[in-house]
Amino acid sequence: MNRHWTIGLLLLAGAALSWAIPRYELLNPYLQATLMYLGINIILATSLNLINGYLGEFSVGHAGFMAVGAYASAILTVMLLPVGAAAWRFPLAIMAGGCAAALTGLVVAIPAFRTRGDYLAIVTLAFAMIVKSALENINAVGGPRGLLGIEGLSTMPWIFAWTVLSVWVIRNFVYSNPGRGVLAIREDEVAAELMGVNTRRVKIRAFMIASFFAGVAGGLFAHLLQFISPRIFDITKTTDILVMVYLGGVGSIGGSIVGASMFTVLQECLRPLGVWRMVIMPLLLVLLMLFRPRGIMGLRDFPWFRPSVECPQRPPETHPS
Amino acid sequence: MTSNSQINKSTRLTDILLEVRDLRVRYGHIEAVQGISFKILAGEIVALVGANGAGKSSILRAISGILPFGGEVLFEGQPIQRLGSAAIVALGIAQVPEGRGIFGTLTVKENLRLATWNRRDRRAITANLRHVFDLFPRLAERQRQLGGTLSGGEQQMLAIARALMTRAKLLLLDEPSMGLAPMLVHEIFRILKDINRTGTSLLLVEQNALMALKAASRGYVLETGRIVLHGTGRELADHPRVKEAYLG
Repeated sequence: MNRHWTIGLLLLAGAALSWAIPRYELLNPYLQATLMYLGINIILATSLNLINGYLGEFSVGHAGFMAVGAYASAILTVMLLPVGAAAWRFPLAIMAGGCAAALTGLVVAIPAFRTRGDYLAIVTLAFAMIVKSALENINAVGGPRGLLGIEGLSTMPWIFAWTVLSVWVIRNFVYSNPGRGVLAIREDEVAAELMGVNTRRVKIRAFMIASFFAGVAGGLFAHLLQFISPRIFDITKTTDILVMVYLGGVGSIGGSIVGASMFTVLQECLRPLGVWRMVIMPLLLVLLMLFRPRGIMGLRDFPWFRPSVECPQRPPETHPS
Repeated sequence: MTSNSQINKSTRLTDILLEVRDLRVRYGHIEAVQGISFKILAGEIVALVGANGAGKSSILRAISGILPFGGEVLFEGQPIQRLGSAAIVALGIAQVPEGRGIFGTLTVKENLRLATWNRRDRRAITANLRHVFDLFPRLAERQRQLGGTLSGGEQQMLAIARALMTRAKLLLLDEPSMGLAPMLVHEIFRILKDINRTGTSLLLVEQNALMALKAASRGYVLETGRIVLHGTGRELADHPRVKEAYLG
């Protein structure tokens, strides 16, 4: 009870801040932009963690789903919906981006989960490459030059809202009774099947949720950067998200938030070093794997992301025989 | 309880719960199970005994739908060989897998709740939970502990309790005595008999042949994928061939 109030107050404070910061210029534009990218990175890391951490599979196609969401929502706001239309235009575009990504996720998941093991990694890798080269060859969306003229609709309150929503949905999914099937599959897939868990359905559902939020992040990203090109969503983007997930810790929502924050902050702090950044970041990752192979919060979580304690059901002390 | 078991004996013992016809399992070129047929009547304990590699576990995995196989399996007269594992569990066949298959990072209670994965009847689930906690008071004490922190015997109890949470009519038990101290094995078997008395049928796969045959009403002896002997549990336990081969 107490906990719910604390979380509610924190969220309220966050929402107020996300509105006040741009309104009263509390931070300089650079810091504001960094904060917004941080929100997007949290969405990306949390959603990838659902597949790679909680489900225990290995997907490397997250940038591909992000691209699908980014292009779908940008096409909607640039080409289809009139400029200056009602307020629902932007959330609708983001939802559409998420749904497009989730549908693509379904198409990828159906063949990929037919078999066990490393197939998902290969299928998602191929998928990300297909998305990138397909976008490069569609002239209507700018081909390799990219899509220009996207409005800067991603504001801080929107990004805050979507970040909270994605963390909330994924956390609730993992700890719901059907979602616990995800954890069971990671622990012991055969035992999960023997307990009646429809493992294929659980996997596909988890994969679609993860792709949906990757698409949402893509849409927010497109309307923040105001320019997207296929090259943005190549394998290095996926690698960045993987680093956030493994840095923060697999199977931990708090870990994904910590990982995304550290990654975003480090990336900005190391910016003055130029190319050397590309040396230091991987080096840090190697050190982390040596000393904390499960990441900073691997398989643990902040108490407020764990389910509240269920009232213990004591069986009656004596049982009439 | 007593009246319940009498009903089972008088009216239902002749009902065939599970019928396996000409079951075959292959791994590549090797046929591990070479055409096996057997029946389990409602309310029975049936033991499948045999040495390592006789094909016992393959038979259980095939029945549960996690291993492709040839032949026919009928549960309550209905063919189930084309159903997926989830549907088979929903029909009332649950397996306690070899090595227990406990979800180590989930609590005892979460492990149990997982078996009710696709059920929505909260009331009945709570009643089920109370029932298994009555059977295994030790699990009730430890319901908030992580599955991975339990001892071997407690994990075996949890695995059995979890299978019961599916409201199974037939429990398939793969080596429930494996790796347990003799005292615990006796306790587990005592509980299994209690479970059977409430109307649940058991198919018991064991290397510990004597223990299994003594508990079972009927038994089948397997050798390299074939049934070589069949009889009541007592008969088989005293059979010279069984004694020589498995009991030393």
